[in-house]
Amino acid sequence: MRLPTWIAQHLAALRAVLVFTVLLGLVYPLALVALGQLPGLNHKTDGSLITSGGTTVGSALIGQSFTDADGNPVARYFQSRPSAAGDGYDPTATSASNLGPESVVDTIATDPEESSESLLTQVCGRSKSVGELNGVDGRRPYCTDDGVGAVLAVFRADGLTGTVTRVVSVNQAAPATPFVSEYQGVSVELAQPGEDYVAAGGVITPIRGDAPAEPAVPADAVTASASGLDPQISPAYAELQVNRVARERGADPAAVRKLVEEHTGGRALGFMGAPGVNVLELNLALDKQFAAR
Amino acid sequence: MTMTTAGVIFVLTLVAALVAVYKPFGDYMFRAVSGTKQSRVERGIFRLVGVNPAAEQTWGVYARSVLAFSAVSILFLYLFQRVQNHLWLSLGFDPVVPHGAWNTAVSFVTNTNWQSYSGESTMGHLVQMAGLAVQNFVSAAVGIAVAVALVRGFARSRTGQLGNFWVDLTRITLRILLPIAVLGAIALMIGGAVQNLSAGTDVSTLTGGTQTITGGPVASQEVIKELGTNGGGFYNVNSAHPFENPTTWTNWLEIFLIFLIPFSLPRVFGRMVGQNRQGYAIAAVMGILAFLSVAITNIFELAGHGTVPQAVGAAMEGKEVRFDVSNSATFAAATTLTSTGAVNSFHDSFTSLGGMMTMVNMMLGEVAPGGTGSGLYGLLILAVITVFVAGLMVGRTPEYLGKKIGSREIKFASLYFLITPILVLVGTAAAFGTGNNSTALNVGPHGLSEVLYAFTSASNNNGSAFGGITVNTTWWDTALGLCMLLGRFLPLIFVLALAGSLARQAPTPASEGTLPTHRPLFIGMVVGVTVVLVALTFLPALALGPLAEGL
Repeated sequence: MRLPTWIAQHLAALRAVLVFTVLLGLVYPLALVALGQLPGLNHKTDGSLITSGGTTVGSALIGQSFTDADGNPVARYFQSRPSAAGDGYDPTATSASNLGPESVVDTIATDPEESSESLLTQVCGRSKSVGELNGVDGRRPYCTDDGVGAVLAVFRADGLTGTVTRVVSVNQAAPATPFVSEYQGVSVELAQPGEDYVAAGGVITPIRGDAPAEPAVPADAVTASASGLDPQISPAYAELQVNRVARERGADPAAVRKLVEEHTGGRALGFMGAPGVNVLELNLALDKQFAAR
Repeated sequence: MTMTTAGVIFVLTLVAALVAVYKPFGDYMFRAVSGTKQSRVERGIFRLVGVNPAAEQTWGVYARSVLAFSAVSILFLYLFQRVQNHLWLSLGFDPVVPHGAWNTAVSFVTNTNWQSYSGESTMGHLVQMAGLAVQNFVSAAVGIAVAVALVRGFARSRTGQLGNFWVDLTRITLRILLPIAVLGAIALMIGGAVQNLSAGTDVSTLTGGTQTITGGPVASQEVIKELGTNGGGFYNVNSAHPFENPTTWTNWLEIFLIFLIPFSLPRVFGRMVGQNRQGYAIAAVMGILAFLSVAITNIFELAGHGTVPQAVGAAMEGKEVRFDVSNSATFAAATTLTSTGAVNSFHDSFTSLGGMMTMVNMMLGEVAPGGTGSGLYGLLILAVITVFVAGLMVGRTPEYLGKKIGSREIKFASLYFLITPILVLVGTAAAFGTGNNSTALNVGPHGLSEVLYAFTSASNNNGSAFGGITVNTTWWDTALGLCMLLGRFLPLIFVLALAGSLARQAPTPASEGTLPTHRPLFIGMVVGVTVVLVALTFLPALALGPLAEGL
């Protein structure tokens, strides 16, 4: 009996799907799993796990938070970058922030649960706290001194043009003080919770301020990584933390600096990627060499 | 060395490597698709599938074979996800919800690999490796097969036969994709990509917290995800994840794998039509557009315009330290110039103009160099349109490679070109018309960019995203699933129809009036036609989104 062509074709398709599923879906990956178990390779294919004192403490490739139960940085450890993966460095919920370059207006709701920070305010807040932790100036362009985005909603008589009638510092609510007292002769108000100044016709105007163009806190210290699991920080961010960590451990900063250098990976072949410091491995080496006070 | 210098060398070494492999690898692929001697394994597969490898197919039968294979694949993948909780290695995950399973099944079969799910919290290892990764192979092979069938249409005359889909599918998979995948996976494993069946290892961190180190057959899936220009990540954060892309050199390798097949296919085209210079011309068009795009994306990202990048001092949000700004920008351009859609940094947080470039790349129709196979057939369609435009200018019947481009041929080419813009623009309008744009994370022009990006990515079968938008709702899963399906298979049918019509023609000998299609003049014209068509179609939409935000 001959089947109609269209049925024969779909049966051939089904057989092809099954054949390829066995070959490419089982034989190929499982053979590679087996190959990955060869000595020398199995450490990597199993996740580059690091053991210390008999327990597994993490993976050399996956970053972790060095914070206490309340989320505050533990000062004797080098700190990782900000992370958007779950509550921070959660490999079961990897994520980036996905906030855009002009995410500058916070949502200040009457219910604090519904409030959310713009990317700019997150950057400013991180810069301020990293600065305080390490004893350097945490100011940045477009940031207020109290660590939120320095952004005004400017209302003009004719919408986009005309004299300024009203100015609101959109990311600052009571009890803050406006980061500038007046703008083009109009005194600056604080934001009221629940108000949407963009919808009300205010022109969003970020204010550069007089912060240094090259802030003391490096870029990677104030931005969330792509994976939320970035195991590295930049050499500049590590350098910023050397004195603090040395002081907390009663160690010589030069010795800590040397450990940082030992855990700094350069560019592959001299031109690929960027140098970075593996934070977990560095902190483990610190624990080994300088017990905490 | 500064980041810019290093970034420039990074791009130049990629160019050098791709130039170096063009001839040997292109010739290897040519032998793989045109050979008639079948290996023992291949003969075994043909017996199991029940096809006669010597029997060739007309364009209609070829197209129906592609569609039957894809339809069965979608159904199979859908059912696989729906019953995953009963299967081995499910990691305790529930079955994927119906609209998510539909979207994902279509997504992987159409070589899009758009992901409305998060890998590490949705898919068990078995679905990933025996469901999704299998389609990574065969959907790439389908693209190459259709491109080869189109080239046969140019190369052959007075015949209806375009080859045998099942033979093409098998030989491309076994001879081209699988060997490179094995080698690439071993390289990635040496770099640190994981390859195990572990459900995760719980560890206690230095400060007394807990962390679950995830596992999975990642290296084997990662390599074909790039090589087959698929792009669906094992984990949610795709190639930014240290287990998918652990080092600076694996990053280079992954970009190389993304470009490898699409940039070498013009050699196959040149060999098959018997004029290597025709292949060089097509490769030159791809190369010019790709190089410009990579350079411009790098310039925008390194300049770091925009309030937040200025406050930060660099466009570092959503980027990894090891890749830094430049290598992230290069990856972003590579993944959107092809139909890959893998990401090692998050396009949503790029500068407005850098993010726009990723969209423009996809809007070019993914022809520079495009997806595996789909890039070549897309660019050949543009070449056909170019000879037609040139023919109109001088008042002669246009011809390409000795084949007349008559009204039937140009109708297929135009229909091919019109489908994606229609899907993108109608889809975006529908999202706003029905209020479904409200799932975008950002507001204002950036919110429009997120919606526009989603439809551009789905309709062009790219699969990357401005990740801020929530797309795992019934409406989004259904709408984007339809865009992926129509955006893949309608163009593919028109390509095969065009191939059939070309193959039937008798060759026209070149005359004085024939436009040489291997000279710089023609290369420049194809580049121009590509850019002008895209600009006319998408500029209004871009002006409301990324341009409004960035200027």
